[in-house]
This record gives sequence, structure tokens and C-alpha cells, in this order.
Amino acid sequence: MSERPLSFLDRPNSYIGKSVPRPNAQRLLQGRGVFVDDIRLPRLLHAAFLRSPYAHARIKHIDTAAASRRPGVVRVVTAADLAGLCTPWVGVLTHLKGMKSAPQHPLARDRACWQGEPVAAVAAESRAEAEDALAEIAVEWEELPPLASAEAALAPGARAIHDTLGDNLAFARAVDAGAVDDAFARADAVVAETFTFARHTGVCPEPRSILAEFDPGDRRLTLYCSSQAPHMMKEIVLRHFPLAETDVRVVCRDVGGSYGVKIHVYPDEMAVIALALLLGRPVKFVADRLESFVSDIHAREHRVAARMAVSRTGEILAIAIDDLTGIGPYSTYPRSSAVEGNQIVGLTGSWYRSANYRARLRVAFQTKPPMSQYRAVGHPIACAVTEGLVDLAARAIAMDPAELRRRNLIADEAYPWKSPAGLLFEKLSHQRALERMLELMDYEGLRREQRDLRAKGIHRGIGLASFVEITNPGPAFYGVGGAPISAQDGCSVRLEPGGSVTCAISVTEQGQGTETMVAQIVASVLGVALARVRVVTGDTERTPYGGGTWASRGTGIGGEAALQAAKALRANILDLAGAMLQAAPGDLDIAEGWIVDAETGARRIGLEEVGRAGYFRGDTLPPLTQPELMATRHHQPRDYPFAFTNGVQASWLELDIETGFVRLLKHWVVEDCGRMVSPLLVDEQIRGGVVQGLGAALFEECLYDAAGQLRNGTLADYLVPMAAEMPDIEVAHLETPLAGTELGAKGIGEAGTAGAPAAVMNAINDALAPLGARVSEQPITPARILRALGRL
Amino acid sequence: MLTPARETRRARWEDVLKAPSFAYLRASSLAQVFDALAEHGEDARILAGGQSLVPALNMRLSEPRLLIDINPIAALTGIERRGGMLRIGALTRHSEVGASPLVARLAPLIHQAIPHIAHPAIRNRGTFGGSLAQADPAAELPACVLALDAVLHLASRRGERAVSARDFFRALYETALAPDEVITAIDVPVAPQGTRSVFVELARRRGDYALVGLAAEAREVGLRLVFFGVGNKPVEAGAASAALAAGITAERIAAAQAALARDLDPPGDLQADGATKLHLARVLLGRAARALMAA
Repeated sequence: MSERPLSFLDRPNSYIGKSVPRPNAQRLLQGRGVFVDDIRLPRLLHAAFLRSPYAHARIKHIDTAAASRRPGVVRVVTAADLAGLCTPWVGVLTHLKGMKSAPQHPLARDRACWQGEPVAAVAAESRAEAEDALAEIAVEWEELPPLASAEAALAPGARAIHDTLGDNLAFARAVDAGAVDDAFARADAVVAETFTFARHTGVCPEPRSILAEFDPGDRRLTLYCSSQAPHMMKEIVLRHFPLAETDVRVVCRDVGGSYGVKIHVYPDEMAVIALALLLGRPVKFVADRLESFVSDIHAREHRVAARMAVSRTGEILAIAIDDLTGIGPYSTYPRSSAVEGNQIVGLTGSWYRSANYRARLRVAFQTKPPMSQYRAVGHPIACAVTEGLVDLAARAIAMDPAELRRRNLIADEAYPWKSPAGLLFEKLSHQRALERMLELMDYEGLRREQRDLRAKGIHRGIGLASFVEITNPGPAFYGVGGAPISAQDGCSVRLEPGGSVTCAISVTEQGQGTETMVAQIVASVLGVALARVRVVTGDTERTPYGGGTWASRGTGIGGEAALQAAKALRANILDLAGAMLQAAPGDLDIAEGWIVDAETGARRIGLEEVGRAGYFRGDTLPPLTQPELMATRHHQPRDYPFAFTNGVQASWLELDIETGFVRLLKHWVVEDCGRMVSPLLVDEQIRGGVVQGLGAALFEECLYDAAGQLRNGTLADYLVPMAAEMPDIEVAHLETPLAGTELGAKGIGEAGTAGAPAAVMNAINDALAPLGARVSEQPITPARILRALGRL
Repeated sequence: MLTPARETRRARWEDVLKAPSFAYLRASSLAQVFDALAEHGEDARILAGGQSLVPALNMRLSEPRLLIDINPIAALTGIERRGGMLRIGALTRHSEVGASPLVARLAPLIHQAIPHIAHPAIRNRGTFGGSLAQADPAAELPACVLALDAVLHLASRRGERAVSARDFFRALYETALAPDEVITAIDVPVAPQGTRSVFVELARRRGDYALVGLAAEAREVGLRLVFFGVGNKPVEAGAASAALAAGITAERIAAAQAALARDLDPPGDLQADGATKLHLARVLLGRAARALMAA
């Protein structure tokens, strides 16, 4: 025996670090998931929305009389009908100094500010009847000039979209650290590029859905919604509807993907709640694909002018960026639409040693759908700008791009580290990750292959991208800014009389395997088989209070809460077993569902005997023994505002210089997310994230015309990445456990999306370099490549 | 009178279907189809594979009063050789055409084109005749039947008529098909010995409508080059073809590529502007010509 008792993490039957089948996969694959659209209640009504056909227009008059007379229609409402039911909201965070936005309502009042803004709602016996009625609503519009581009919105003399705000600048931030001007002045080479990132969107397999059930008898509201954050949704309802805290329940059953899309407050969803209150009947709304494109949050839309100073010997001396982003007419509630830009300012260049950094951010209102947090918020932009500059600098001083990274990445021994913009890194592994990557991809071998093929007229490119990833955010992220968003999570674990375990936890499942991860931790700590653990998520009345699953916090925060709760229950179980067996609890252990002798492993009694004694046969227990077969623990990050992770991605691709088409041949990721609970789920988080990043890099773009009209709002015209175009994605791991928690896990959800666009852009530019061309506009389409090559 | 059970079913479907209300006729014979078309004219739409029609209904882009389902009519299905012609029933699924050894041998251009049509699930439902009737200018099969000088058989209560592919496609989604007519079959001239066929297209993602595509067929009588995705219907590139008439050489390929500007004036679409499309058409022409040269 070792001197220290084995912890649950090292035990031979631990599930930690093992890839196990997902308990909920079979049910979902059999089509037996229960999504909001599957829920049917008696007297259910269906809502459909009339949306603004214009990017900007005054609503002079709405006539709903004909629509109200249509068969099946129960009620047609406009903004005026809901005014007393739902108070307006303003999407600002108070810690983002100077941020402003305008009040937003469930339905547009007087004026619509984007094509797709909900203007009127119909509640009818069926969705088809509701849609039939929409066609009968007559709106008299007065078109107003659109302000589609961020540049135009901030141009001198531009009219403010909201008069009360004075101008269209929602937020601005500047950072000036070190001696930037000096560094540029003494540089051997200065490289500059303007990078643009198109507006795209989240495209969840299950669209946004909500069912509001209001019982006027006891004024009780039950909200079934497809959301990442049920407790936040409840707080939102309490803030804006006249309901008591005791009377609101939010239930999230199966959620078909979310990626940040389903964590915001949407006016149409607020209108559905208002309709349920108004009508005293359950009301359901499921966004169809067409309206999803104009009503889900959009993401990105940045133009970043960037410069880097470098010495002849390969030292990055300074980085300077200027980011302009357009967020639509309102900052999204309650997380705001300034966080993406803010994170770009924070993240850019932060994994390199240079202390000289200048950044400017301007966040502009415009007449397009609201933009807000989508998977890897800000990361792909910060990464593409930084890594694009690094490759440019390497070319400028004729140094291998891997070597330039090696010379500038923060040393693995240098932690803790504070970046010039003030980010605190506890412990990262950039240098080891880069070396591991170069070995994994056989960098030198690929370079040789690339040279050989070039001689044959085949143009291949290699792109590298190092990155950091923000995970496990603490209260400084949102709570401090006044948003009702919890940075802590809780977990309750209960022993059942038959020896199984029920676990209720506030982090949520959106298809990524949260429940599996939680079950692995609980089963490992309690010494029971995975199949004996039932995990309950997504219900404000049945789970402890917590933030939910977003910003890569499920495992790092929720997993730690589960671990601590299971440890507490384990101690309680051993206390009771000790009383039953007249043994010291410290001499006992739990293994494979049995109370065993800690020393010898000999089985004493089954957990079901402990459960039975605790619940049914208190008469057999020693006096004063009070069984506590349920335990609850909460966890919130305290030591650092965020748990950063790090990694590096690489892309290998072939460019057809006649057509501008790119064929992705291979993609590699080396990632350090601390301790892995399930390598399978970690790998799939990375792969899914990479695919979304590749979509942004090559395919996805919301195409708007000058009038602010979306031109490609269908899945035929908006190109999501599909399997046939995706490369094999090889993933390797380093594990630098997070300090301050027993589990040591950091997040993993953003990493793939963070680095993939940069790696692909660099690989394309690597292939283009011998031809004297380069691209910096994402998505990198064949037409953009052909233009760069001068073939158009 | 609806039975209670059927009423329940109806209510449930109304929850999920968002197409406007329409009547549905499951036709068991062509005569039934003709009668329904004669009676309802443009208010009726024929439901074959439904791969374009059903999405259009659900998006309310099309609001017919009546759907005439021709799927039960077995006479519209099948592939057979009839003398110098290969006859493909209008209701034959893309997947069946793609798997047919007869098509592979006698109409290799079509055989090459089928895998480019959308995705397997769509090819399992979508029909040969349906694709021609839809006449999407970026679709594969209209270009193929034009390149092959196929003949479409149209029928109505008024009688039958044969229309050459050249006369069939008129404008964007517009064909020679009258409101009371249905396509029954397509006759494709059997490829003589020595025929060389090349089908190439460029799509952003596998299965997407092409940015530009080319169906090329070289026979004794001459070279047919039909581009798609470059206009409001498939476009025959006569000038480019003429430039290659004396035989394909590297120099003549360049001349044909230059001549393509006389054949094509592609309008831009969401994925590429006109100049990009013309450039890509030239690239495809070069690739197809070199492939024909090697074949």
C-alpha cells in the first residue's frame, strides 16, 4: 500500500479519464428525445410572428382585424397589447464602462430596426392557422434609411438609430500597455494587415423553441424551453413579468445544440410568455429555419486593422489592433453584445511574451439582427489576427513560422503570467503543445512533401495557430455587471434505498454529454457502477441553483460541484455503514456498490443494505444515528477570474489555383484542458468545435445587401460545413491540472472553434505565398482566392 | 365525414406541417392525372419525388390548391432500350438511373452526372422527369438531356407529343410543359461506339447546386458542350464547340476558352459573380477538353 490512500481519481475502477458509452445516446438515437416541439399540452396554442420585412422602418399602422377573424385564431397582438405585461429590457453590463443600449420590447413599438424583428404575434389552435393569419395582418410601413454597415453607423454625421443614445457607438475600449511606439520604431520589420470576419450565425439542429404554460388559478408559469441556462431564464422572467419567485419553473428537457445561441433573451420568446399570461393557455413557439436566420443572434462581423513589430532575430516586439464590430440595433440581453469585442481586446497576442500591446475597440449599432455570444466568443478573431500576423512576420524576416512561435510563446516555466491586457494565466503549456504538434503532424516531413509537390504544380499549405481559451468564468464575467447569471453551480447526490444514486445538477445537457461527465465523476467517487447513477438536469425546481452550461464551465465548475457532493455523500454513507457494522468509518471504503474493508477490500454489506437501513429500518440503528443519505455542494471559481486553457492547431490543405477551391486534407489539434473526465467527449468537443471554426473560415456568411436585407436565409444558400468537405481531425492532449480544484478540469468547448479559422487561413496563405498572393477576409471563398491571385 | 380517429391525426399533422392547406389526389392512372390537370390547370401541381416541391410548399413559395400524386403509376417508371433510344420513365428515381447498367453503357454522360445530384436521400426520392419539369438552371439533368438531344414525351387529355430538349427549356423554371400536361418518359439517343462523355461541375459543398457545370459529349457528328448554373436555363456553348471542331489541341482549347465569352454571359448569384462564373466555366472547359482528348 502507498502511504497516502488512493484517491478516487487513481482507483482502478475509476471512470475518470475513461471513454464510456453515453447513457442518453441510445434514447436520442432512437428518436425518443423530448424536445420542446414534442411536448403537447391540453388547450395548447401555437404562436407565429409577423416580422419586419425592412431593415429599418416606421410602423405607421397595424390592422389585425382580418387576421383575428381567421379560423382557429385566438388572439393577434401587437406591442401595445403586451405593454402592461412585460417590462422592457436593456442589454448593458455595468462593468463595461460607458456601454449603452436602448430599451427593447417583445414586439417592435413604432419602429422596426432589423429585417426579422417581430412586430405582431398570432396565437392560434395550430401553427398552420397562425401562419395563415399572419398573411392577413396589414401593416402600413414608412421605410427609413438603413444603417447596415458598422463603418456607416459610426461615420461623422450618421444618424443615431436610437435618438436617445445620441450616436451609434455602443461601447469602446482602449488598451495601451508597455512602450508600443518605441517598439515599432526599433523594429527590423513591421507587418500590417486588415482582417475581416463575416457575420455568421449558430444554426442549431433544433431551432429556438419555447412553450409557456400559465395557470391563472395560482398564477404559476412553467416554461419549457430549449436553453443552456434555466435558472437565468427564471430570473429574467421574474424581472420582467408580474410573477412571484415561487411561481415560476423553467424546464429544459432535451436540447438539440445551442452553441451560445440559446442563452440570450429573444423578443419573440418574451412575447410567447406574455401571450400565455394574457390568454391563460399554454402557448408554443418553435422558430422555423427561415426565421431562425433573421432572429437568432448572429456572430462575429469584425474588421480588425492589425500591425506587428518584429526583430531580425525573431522577437515579437509589439502588437497593435483596431477592431470595429457591428452588433445590430440592440445590445443583446442580459449578456450584452460587447463581450466579443472585449474578449478580442483581451485575448489578442496574449500567448506571446511581448509586453507592448495597443488595442482599440469600437462596437457599433446597425440595422441588422442583434449580434452576441456564439461559441468561442472573440477567440477565432483574436487568434486569426494574432496568428496571421505571426506568419506575416515570419515571412518578413525569412524565419520558419514554427520557429518564430517557439521563440515567442510564453515559456512553460513562466507561470503565473499576466498578459499586457491584464489576463491572468495560472499554468499553461504552450511550448510543450507546440513541440507535441510538430511531432504529431511530422512538420518537417510535411514541409518536404510540400516542396516536392510544388515542383509538380500542386499547391499545398501548412498553417499553425497557437491559442488560449477562456473557460470556467467567475462572477467577474457577468454577475459583477448586474446580470442575473450565476458563476457557481450546485449538485445534489442522493443514495436511493436500492443502492443506486440520483444526482441533480445545475449544469445542463445540450447534446455534448454533460450528464455522462457528471455520472462518471459521481460513480467514481461513490464506488458504484455508472449504470447505477441517474443524472437530472435542466429543471429549476429539481436541481440546485446554478449558471448552466456555457463558456466551457460544465466540467470545470459543475464537475467539481459533483465531485464534492459525491465526496460528502460518500462520507455520510461510510458514517452510517460504520454505525451498522460497528466499525470506524475510516476503515471502510465503497467499491463496486459494496461497503468493503478499506485494508483488504473484503465485501461487508451492499449499498442497498445501507439504503434500506437508512430509510426503512431506523429502528435497527444505534441511538442518535441520523442517516444523511443526500448531500449538496456548490462550486465557484475564486482564485482566478477564468481558467485558461491552451493549445495549437494545424491545417494541411491543397489549393486549386485555377478554381480557388480549397481541399482540407488534415487537421490536428493539441490541447491542454487540464484533467480529462472523458477523453471521448473531450475529443468530440474539439472536433465539433473545429468543424464550426472551419465553417467560419471557408463557408458561413450572412450575406446582406445595402438595404440590410439578408440574401441567403436558407440552408440551401447559407453554407454550413458538411461532412464531405471536412478533413480527418487528429487530437492529442496534454494535461496540466487546474489548481484550486480537486478535479483539476478546465473547459474544452471553445478550443476547436478558437483556432481552426486561423490555422486554415495561414495554410491557405502558405499555399498562396509563392504566387505572391494572400487573403485576409473570412470566409475565404473561391472568388476571394481568385481575386487575390489576380485571376478575376 | 371524418372519423374521430382521423380527426386526431389531422390535428396532429397541423401542428407540424406549415404548408398552406391543399387537396391531395393519389392518382392510380394517367387518365386520372389528365382529368385532374384539365380540371384544375395551374391550381394543381404534380407530386413526383417532391424534393423541390415539398420544401417550396413548406416555405409557402408555392400554394397549389391540389397536389396530384403520381407515385402509384407504375407505367411512368423504368429504363429500357427501344432501338436506337434509351427510354427513361419520368418517375424513375435518380438512384435507379445511377445504378442502371443500361444507362452506364448507353448514356454514360447521365451515369456520370447522377452522383452530383444532391445527396443519396434526395436521389432516392427525386425523379428524372421531376428534375426536368422543375428546370432549375443549375441542375444537372437538364444540361445532360440537352447535350444528348433527348426527346421528352408529354401527355395530356388532349393527346401526346414529343418535344426535343432544345425546345423544352425556355426560361428560368419555364418549360414547354403546358399546365394540363405531364412528362411521361424521356428518350435518349443511344451513345454510338466511340462516344466520349465528360461531366464536371464545381460546387462549394458536395451535393450543392453547382456554381458552374459542364456536360460534354463528343460524338462522330460533333462536340456538344452544355453549361449549367450560368444562365436562366442550360446553355449550349456553340462558339467554344466550334473552336474545337477540328479536333482538340492545347491551342484550340485556349481559343475555345476565349470564345466562351461569346456563349456565356452568366448572371451572378449568391456564391459567385458573373466574372467568377465565366472564369470557372473556362477552367471546366479546359479540364473537360483535356479529358476528352485523353479519353
